[in-house]
Amino acid sequence: MKSLKASTVTMKTIIYIVCILLSLLSIFPFWVMIMNATRSTYQIQQSSVALLPGKNLLSNWRILTGKSFNPWVGFFNSMIISIGTTICAVYFSSLTAYALVAYTWRLRSAFFSFIMAVLMIPAQVSGIGFYQFMYRIGWTNSLMPLILPSIAAPAMVFFMRQYLMASLSLDIVASARIDGSGEFRTFNQIVLPIMKPAMATQAIFTFVGSWNNLFIPLILLTRQEKYTMPIMVSLLRGDIYKTEYGSVYLGLTLTVLPLFVIYFILSKYIIAGVALGALKE
Amino acid sequence: MYRVHSYRQVVVDPSSNREGGVSMARRGVSYAKWGYIFSIPFVVTFLIFSLYPTLYTVVIGFTDLRGLGKTAFKFLSDPFENYKLILANATFKKSLANTAIIWIMNFIPQITLALLLTAWFTTRRFHVKAQGAFKVLIYMPNIITAATIAILFNSLFGYPKGPINDLLIRLGIIEGPRHFHLQKWTAKGVVAFIQFWMWYGNSMIVLIAGVLGIDVTLFEAAEIDGANAPQIFFRITLPRLKTIVLYVLITSMIGGLQMFDIPRLYLLGGPDNATLTSSVFIYNQAFSGSYLYNRASAASMIVFMIIVVLSVALFFIMRDQDEVKLRKERRALKRRGGRV
Repeated sequence: MKSLKASTVTMKTIIYIVCILLSLLSIFPFWVMIMNATRSTYQIQQSSVALLPGKNLLSNWRILTGKSFNPWVGFFNSMIISIGTTICAVYFSSLTAYALVAYTWRLRSAFFSFIMAVLMIPAQVSGIGFYQFMYRIGWTNSLMPLILPSIAAPAMVFFMRQYLMASLSLDIVASARIDGSGEFRTFNQIVLPIMKPAMATQAIFTFVGSWNNLFIPLILLTRQEKYTMPIMVSLLRGDIYKTEYGSVYLGLTLTVLPLFVIYFILSKYIIAGVALGALKE
Repeated sequence: MYRVHSYRQVVVDPSSNREGGVSMARRGVSYAKWGYIFSIPFVVTFLIFSLYPTLYTVVIGFTDLRGLGKTAFKFLSDPFENYKLILANATFKKSLANTAIIWIMNFIPQITLALLLTAWFTTRRFHVKAQGAFKVLIYMPNIITAATIAILFNSLFGYPKGPINDLLIRLGIIEGPRHFHLQKWTAKGVVAFIQFWMWYGNSMIVLIAGVLGIDVTLFEAAEIDGANAPQIFFRITLPRLKTIVLYVLITSMIGGLQMFDIPRLYLLGGPDNATLTSSVFIYNQAFSGSYLYNRASAASMIVFMIIVVLSVALFFIMRDQDEVKLRKERRALKRRGGRV
């Protein structure tokens, strides 16, 4: 009995040590990044790992913004795209899911099979056709082609459908009809509020995914005033910042600051959302 | 529709509701049209922004379309010329091999560690405290911009003064600074490590959710029979996680085939194409040098084919799961019927 207890203690110790090491591994790169964002190039050259911040945040900021890097432009564009994408994707996926759950129509199961079939197809493989198409209609350097395609988000429709099937009672829809509510109004005023939890989860992931997206913005946006945050980041690789270590770290920090804020406020929901998404699929 | 009828009879007072009454029931037959109407935005968007660009990419693959700012094209006399050139292209082959190698170098440690953590966090022998905090920290890299992480790691592995060089020298592991960016296998390893580091937390959470979905009585029965923790994990947990492990595997493969941000920004595919993945290859063909949209399209389609095959595999695995469930239900019904 005693040996069993001892082995449990050893096991627990190993688990805690490994978990703490893994947590440190998650923090370390970002810690170095944030600390170095406040240190001067000279300090970083002397010792590039520091546990405590320096005092050069302002001068790094001046060097960073003194060159081609304007974080406000990237922030603003990324915000517009991410918010637009999130609204479009969440609203229209809910609407499509509602069409699949609440009504009986002849093509319904065919349509659902179709959504299942295109679930995993990524936007990247049709990137060249997409670019040529947008170039022809003069939509490169526009934010529209980065927002509108999210109206058709097959994976989210699938998720919303699963959610609706579990939580929407058709009796409610029927009684709304009896009260004289039109179908569209029923959806907006009765069904959408029921879907709030699912919408919140999906909104977080869409926002983050859109914020982090690099490939499509990179091929479409060539003018610097349209750049998104991930493209701005690639500017930091250029020669003009070659020796300005502090300001490169500061630029990197700025691109992910909103994500850290979102994550530490909503981490509970985000992790629950990851688990939920897997179970539903 | 049947429910609508019963509601009308029970609930509605026709005098208070102009829309109600008999006309409601008649209109009930035509509600089907709303299914179509509410699907229109999705379908139209899909046709314009997904299907059309995909078909357009297919078409471009058979043409001579190249050069910055060009949109006019003619079909090649040998329609498969681009495909032949791409399939014979040594760099493309290398990029596919790199993609596979980097993906494998990321996935094996990823799934191993994710399964290990799953076993630890779900063991019934004891409760790991601060589990929530560990999950939050372990999952964190997954939501941070991959582009930023790639450039951050480029700085971390910098030469001669970079945090990793500093750390290794301070710990006495290496004597002088190493030029990590010039070492091919180190570069591959770093890209694979970043992928692993960004995704093992995600896989872990998915797997834990899978374990929590397993019927608790199975574990209880095993414990009563005196099974130890490894036995329970390998004989009960793992077989029941098979579908979810396969799900993780295939989604990871599909994601891995599109690996772009990290190899592109970490070392621009270098050194000597050691981190050139198929997506970076396609990007370089189409959007740099001589802007070979046609060859890049052909290459995209080849990658697309691989993804389709994997997706079909996933589709069948998921469908099988439902069928298994149905079969089980049927069996359960039969059993119950037999007992009565």
